[in-house]
Amino acid sequence: MKKILIVGATSAMAEACARLWAQQGDHLFLAARNAQQLQSLAADLQTRGATKVGTRVFDANQHDQHAALLAEATQTLGGLDTVLIAHGTLTDQDHAQHDVPYALAEIGTNGLSVVALLTLVANQLEQQGRGAIAVISSVAGDRGRQSNYVYGSAKAMVSAFTSGLRQRLAKKGVHVVTVKPGFVDTPMTAHLPKGPLWAKPEQVAKDISQAIDKGRRIVYTPGFWQLIMLIIKTIPEFVFIKLKL
Amino acid sequence: MATQAFTSWGRVFRPDQQVLGMPSRHASLPLPADDAATVLPHGNGRSYGDSNLNPGGALVLGRQLDRFIAFDQATGLITCEAGVLLSEILRLIVPQGWFLPVTPGTQFVTVGGAIANDVHGKNHHLVGSFGNHVTQLELLRSDGSRRVCSPTQDADWFAATVGGLGLTGMITWAQIQLRRIANPYLQTESIRFRSLEEFFELSQASEADYEYTVSWIDCAFAGKRLGRGLFNRANHAPAVMNPALAAKLPSAIDESSRRVPFTPPLSLINTLSLKAFNLAYFNRQQGDRVQALQHYRPFFYPLDALLEWNRIYGPKGFYQYQCVVPPEQALPVTRQLLQTIVDSGMGSFLAVLKQFGTPPSRGMLSFPMPGTTLALDFPNQGERLHRLFAQLDGIVQAAGGRLYPAKDGRMGAQIFKSGHPQWSAFSQFVDPRFSSGFWRRVMEST
Repeated sequence: MKKILIVGATSAMAEACARLWAQQGDHLFLAARNAQQLQSLAADLQTRGATKVGTRVFDANQHDQHAALLAEATQTLGGLDTVLIAHGTLTDQDHAQHDVPYALAEIGTNGLSVVALLTLVANQLEQQGRGAIAVISSVAGDRGRQSNYVYGSAKAMVSAFTSGLRQRLAKKGVHVVTVKPGFVDTPMTAHLPKGPLWAKPEQVAKDISQAIDKGRRIVYTPGFWQLIMLIIKTIPEFVFIKLKL
Repeated sequence: MATQAFTSWGRVFRPDQQVLGMPSRHASLPLPADDAATVLPHGNGRSYGDSNLNPGGALVLGRQLDRFIAFDQATGLITCEAGVLLSEILRLIVPQGWFLPVTPGTQFVTVGGAIANDVHGKNHHLVGSFGNHVTQLELLRSDGSRRVCSPTQDADWFAATVGGLGLTGMITWAQIQLRRIANPYLQTESIRFRSLEEFFELSQASEADYEYTVSWIDCAFAGKRLGRGLFNRANHAPAVMNPALAAKLPSAIDESSRRVPFTPPLSLINTLSLKAFNLAYFNRQQGDRVQALQHYRPFFYPLDALLEWNRIYGPKGFYQYQCVVPPEQALPVTRQLLQTIVDSGMGSFLAVLKQFGTPPSRGMLSFPMPGTTLALDFPNQGERLHRLFAQLDGIVQAAGGRLYPAKDGRMGAQIFKSGHPQWSAFSQFVDPRFSSGFWRRVMEST
């Protein structure tokens, strides 16, 4: 039985992870913005077998609430083994190009709030000398592309930050996983036609939970994204600027 | 708005539709931007024809509402969102000693779909259909109103929605009364019969003592072999099992499944394979009577072990024809149906025969009624097959029977209306923004 804090618990990927853990009988603490959604998620996870479920309405952009969340989760769970950070927003690239406050707010939600929260989580786990942190970044953070570079740069920040954190905490018995999903089929993307590159949240969740259990460091999910991103990263800049990606 | 090509289980139709998501049961119903466009809830896509499609309109993906709400392990009352699959419910409840009160032949259907089609199972003769075990449901209409209905509260809305083909609004959640089991096994018996008379005798003799009865029937051969088949009957195994049978239990349960990897260019089901299959199936058991202890999965869901089995019918897809005829003339009518099929030279790969019982269905459009139901799969052979269907329709209609909308992609307005006499009362409950390919077809004036 593990004691797991999930931030952004109502996101499709986080919810799929939570179901896997509930079936294993873990203790879960869920943080998300929407109180009604949190409540129905908690009831679902309890029904599926979670041995304890705590919740807190939480906005990651209110950085002064981070310490309180961590304290409440630790107390409710009776300790802390694993933290999954999964909150985020889908940035409208076109909007961000014409609206500076919006662009910065998106960077704030998808980048800065993760940095702020991770700093506290890292210190607490470092002190106890064990635990795992999984953070949902994105393949979009591997190379800025014209179609989503505002979102991508926030995720690049998360990828770089977790890379350094992993190195620092590896010596302290704390494991850090950077998760890089590709396209995930969620209620938010229902209206889009799906090609073979799209993955179900359940597949992604299996990859995340296995990465935590097996101590993997950087996980592309599904795995074929590692190859795709390798190719995209190797394209020379003079060719890249001519592409439509 | 972008559209996507969506198909149903029979893979005959592939219309373009808008696809809308629904992030939560508390959210408002998503509607297409065009005020004239209609919408239809689409669950896991297991209806065979066009009752789960809305060509030119929109689909709401009901599967996304897939949270459990509550499960009382003491009383067996389970409440969940309408997009939860029966397979997910079973995974949760079987280890706690509970089972679905009624299950269709696949566990990959949503609760909402099971209600909207008022699906039946092998125990219809004792407990009725799925809707008979639904204690409550919530209906969300396009005007934003929500109604919790049950057999006693807003009973008219409940009766319209059970078997209502998703047309009365969106079912957001439902509550179901489960039944107790001692373990996941069934004591089964398979009996070979050589005529339809024998089938009816076996049915009669088994009704009281066996919760589950169903028959496979050979319809590839004419003459003396017409109407032969295998009669299956079973009960949930008791806590203390017959030691002779228990000894044969596999130590581990195989949960693996295979997948038909691609759609072959032609249907693999043809006259030759059909005769070979039917002959082999009839002779698959050694004795005339074989008893076994079976896990619930292979017993209830033999086809679920082969994922996407519908692909074997090739790119043109297949039709299922399922009818029920009243008990008075069941024997001669069933014989006439089988004879007509054999004469057409288009035998069915899987023909299933079952006696429905007397528990009344709760839905205005529910398919089950007292009598004999016959279900047959046919590869899509175009005009030739439709001529056979027209002949079968004539026999069913003359006998006062009806066809099953969940399986249908072609029935005309006339047989729909004669088979479902409450259609006119039902139509008062259809949400003005809801429609389907099926509904538009059977409402056409003739």
